Amino acid sequence: MTISATKEGLHSSTPAYTEFHPRWYRPRVSVYWWLGQWRYLKFILREISSVFVAIFVVVTLFQLRGLLGGPEAYYRFQAWLRTPGAIAINLISFLFVLFHAVTWFNLTPHAMTVRVGGNRVPDFMVAAPNYLAWLVVSAAVAWLVWR
Amino acid sequence: MERTSNEAFLWSLFSGGGVIAALFIPIYLFLFFLAAPLGLMTPPTYERMVALIGMPLVKVYIFLMCALPLFHWAHRFRYTLYDGLQVKHLNEFIFTFCYGGAVVGTVLVAILLWRIG
Repeated sequence: MTISATKEGLHSSTPAYTEFHPRWYRPRVSVYWWLGQWRYLKFILREISSVFVAIFVVVTLFQLRGLLGGPEAYYRFQAWLRTPGAIAINLISFLFVLFHAVTWFNLTPHAMTVRVGGNRVPDFMVAAPNYLAWLVVSAAVAWLVWR
Repeated sequence: MERTSNEAFLWSLFSGGGVIAALFIPIYLFLFFLAAPLGLMTPPTYERMVALIGMPLVKVYIFLMCALPLFHWAHRFRYTLYDGLQVKHLNEFIFTFCYGGAVVGTVLVAILLWRIG
């Protein structure tokens, strides 16, 4: 009986239903797959930049807490900023945030193709408005702080 | 099932946070957390800082600069752990840790900004 059922399954147009998924060959990927090639490493570094974004927000929360706590608390926070550990963290965060900004701005030409009069606008021209906005925002903040 | 339906919304927070992080964070980080402590510029006095945060536009800037990038981090870090470390069995915990952290941070920044100035 079993054999005939199998035969039927083989020859009929609708194959016999099976509860089990067929086995396929899928080699296990190493946890360190991203170390092999620069483009993979770059991808992971870009993803890791988000951790430094979060660290920056935590430092900003401490800054705000210092401001809320009064002049004394704020000076303590500023003294902490001058410690080698804080300088190191903020320097690394700064480099990662710059990496995030550049990779993020350069994504735009990959996400959309801009055509003017049937011609494709070059990638750097599509990314340019992002850099312009960055410049304007940064200049405005610097002006406000220094004013 | 619920998670898949939230994915588009969470992705838009990730995307918006990416823009805000790229535009708003570098100059702020450089001025306050590097240039001032390294003596490249004289930091604004306490009174001036409080006055600055008293401005509604500055409040909005700092709120956006903190809140959205936290959700950007939550999304990116979640997938880095999924793909990079392949820790599928911890999915629920990672999800709660990332978005829970982002929500807590957002509430904290809102409270702090509200109480200063």
